[in-house]
Amino acid sequence: MLGTILRSLRAGVVTTRYPDDRTEPPLAFRGAPEIRLGGRFAELPAADVCPVGAITARGEGARRSYAIDLARCIFCGRCEAPGRKGPLTLGRDFELSARRRPDLVIEVTSDEEGAIAAPAVALTTSDEVSAQIRAVLGRSLHLRHLDAGSCNACDWELSALLNPVYDVRRLGIDFVASPRHADGVIVTGSVTRNLESAVQRTWAAVPEPRIVIAIGACAASGGIAGRSYASAGGVSEVLPIDVLVPGCPPRPEAIIFGILVALGRLDVRRRA
Amino acid sequence: MAEALDALLGRALGGRVRFEAAPRAQDVTAWLERPEDLPAAAGEVAGPAGHSLAMLVATDDPGGRLTVRYVFEPREAEDRFVTLAVSLDPARAELPSLTCAVPAANWHEREVRDLFGVVPAGHPDPRPLVLHAGWPAGVYPMRKAFDASERPAVAPGEEVSRRVVEGGGVFEIPVGPIHAGIIEPGHFRFSSVGETVLHLDARLFYTHRGLEKRIEGMSAIDAFHVAERLCGVCSVAHGLGFCEAIEQIAGIEAPPRARLLRALALELERLYNHAGDIGNVCAGASYHYGTSAGLRIKESLQQLNEQVAGNRFLRGWLIPGGVQRDVGPEAIRRVRAAVFETGDRLADLMHRIETNPTVVDRLDGTGELPRQAAVDLAVTGVTARACGIERDARRDHPHAAFRDVPALQPRIVTAQGGDVHARVDVRAREAGESIRIIEEVVARLEPGPLAQSLPTALRAGSIGIASIESPRGASIHWLRLDPEGRVDRYHVRSASYANWPAVPIAAEKAIVPDFPLVNKSFELCYACTDR
Repeated sequence: MLGTILRSLRAGVVTTRYPDDRTEPPLAFRGAPEIRLGGRFAELPAADVCPVGAITARGEGARRSYAIDLARCIFCGRCEAPGRKGPLTLGRDFELSARRRPDLVIEVTSDEEGAIAAPAVALTTSDEVSAQIRAVLGRSLHLRHLDAGSCNACDWELSALLNPVYDVRRLGIDFVASPRHADGVIVTGSVTRNLESAVQRTWAAVPEPRIVIAIGACAASGGIAGRSYASAGGVSEVLPIDVLVPGCPPRPEAIIFGILVALGRLDVRRRA
Repeated sequence: MAEALDALLGRALGGRVRFEAAPRAQDVTAWLERPEDLPAAAGEVAGPAGHSLAMLVATDDPGGRLTVRYVFEPREAEDRFVTLAVSLDPARAELPSLTCAVPAANWHEREVRDLFGVVPAGHPDPRPLVLHAGWPAGVYPMRKAFDASERPAVAPGEEVSRRVVEGGGVFEIPVGPIHAGIIEPGHFRFSSVGETVLHLDARLFYTHRGLEKRIEGMSAIDAFHVAERLCGVCSVAHGLGFCEAIEQIAGIEAPPRARLLRALALELERLYNHAGDIGNVCAGASYHYGTSAGLRIKESLQQLNEQVAGNRFLRGWLIPGGVQRDVGPEAIRRVRAAVFETGDRLADLMHRIETNPTVVDRLDGTGELPRQAAVDLAVTGVTARACGIERDARRDHPHAAFRDVPALQPRIVTAQGGDVHARVDVRAREAGESIRIIEEVVARLEPGPLAQSLPTALRAGSIGIASIESPRGASIHWLRLDPEGRVDRYHVRSASYANWPAVPIAAEKAIVPDFPLVNKSFELCYACTDR
């Protein structure tokens, strides 16, 4: 017993100070795709290189546009040219949460000379439910996790939030056993047919105001499961989403960021 | 051995059988002329010839007929699959069920009944498995005629009945599918007297995503990314299973450096899983120091994963033909340091568990799986080895670099008890073995090419089969391509799929509060079971 206590004391504090201290993911980490403005539009990878259809290329000649949907992206890196030499690379930004699906689309156009240009993007920052949640609950948020058919990677990252390193309870965030004790649901998976009624009934048991956070590509867009006989094709088909957290899976800090965005404690613009 | 099996089967079936060396040269596929001969053939293969059932693969073939393949593997270490194949008319898709003679066939036959409409006549459990209440009768989503985008309306119908014990003083406790913690969904119905579990009816497949249908028609490279996502914590094992299957079809082999890096990926995956699983067993036993210590080790290993492969679940490291990302000297240094530290920390955690009588008391004799049940259900991985069954796909069906160098061959760890304690013990010693293999792998890395490119024209109709030792045991992948080189049929029997039916047996006679502990000691995935 004494040995255990001494061992614990020797370990010291292992908990991260995120989000107060910004953390840098490792160099190898694959985060948000970045498109180099001014690069050659023609050198952007063909849309069909993406295994999940996150890339759309539209138009002909000078007025072409090219878009990457982060809600779909599985961050596999197939769109990167060998040696990362092309205009499209995966950067290390992981704070990618947004309130609306269109905010997760990175879009560029081609100018008259065939160079890559960026259209103006406005991110949605305020939200009524979030204001309401803050008015009622202040800075704390208790969530009911709903596995709506995930591959379990997102689920394991949610449980990692409770390990000594992330310890989200220090931020007033916790996961509760009953939907009746929850301020909202945090959903992983594309909503399978076999879980659809369980998802709806759990959501119905959460008292209002209630928040819905969609974690990972499957929840945000259907992901690799898509829409089929077995899968609804994303949480938005069943519940109204307040915040989407892209990733496959999003790393734990990206999930913390998403939850704090849902609470209005952090601004989605932090990433800009 | 192959000749002996031919002779045995030929005699038992009166010659109504045709043999083929497939899918691989060392394998045997026996085409039975009549489905009625299946029980006799299976009796020979599973009995005198000493095989256990590995998987069942149904296919809807271009000629309009359905083929069902019962794939067996030897119980002894031999890299061979024996397939009993029957061809069926879809209008009369029926074959005699093997479940009563070969209990491991239970779920497989129910799945094929749900998804292909092949009736296993005489199967003792008439309930659907994969498709839950509300699925219209007579609609079989894995048949080719079923359009993948179709979403049949929920048909009114009764809830599927549950197998429960009735009688004076027997209580029924329903749990799930939405659980109290952050756990995958499943429904458990306990019949209990007082605290003692008399019977557990487990219902799974809530997370059935239809991925095997989804993947049909995809190019090999796109399909790989789906295979990698059948499961989070088995990402490498499933990704590698797909890679090895497609490489077999293509007739190529990953270069030596890629094979070593694949072994490294597999062992890193095993290591973070085993460390986390030991921590989670502590959670089930209410030993909070152990939980925190286990989760901390797991976290530092997942941070290592991100440094090495750019993803905490090691996704995006492999690719059909080899690996898509190399590992530089700096990452190798980190791997060495991290696994060295992990060895120390795990040894300390295990010491604290083993010397703590209140923890040991919870683990000892709890959730015992009888060895005979383990054999009958053809369980795999830690579950099997904790019952004294010495099997490991790294030795029995060598993959990655495990066949290359004797030093990389795992020393197979077994225990005898079949209880929670035995499973924890096997995990801890296996983690040590993984650390040894990782050190051997990084010492052997020589510069070299990372991948072979897949030929553009891939052989249609030929089959790839691969068995990969995931953290939970052997996951078996079966792949066939269409004439355009796209996926025609892909079926995965995950280790969890094989092991799940053992959980209710181990839970019997446990007390209800021990169920989380028993469940965590198996630590099975729902996602790669349900797919």
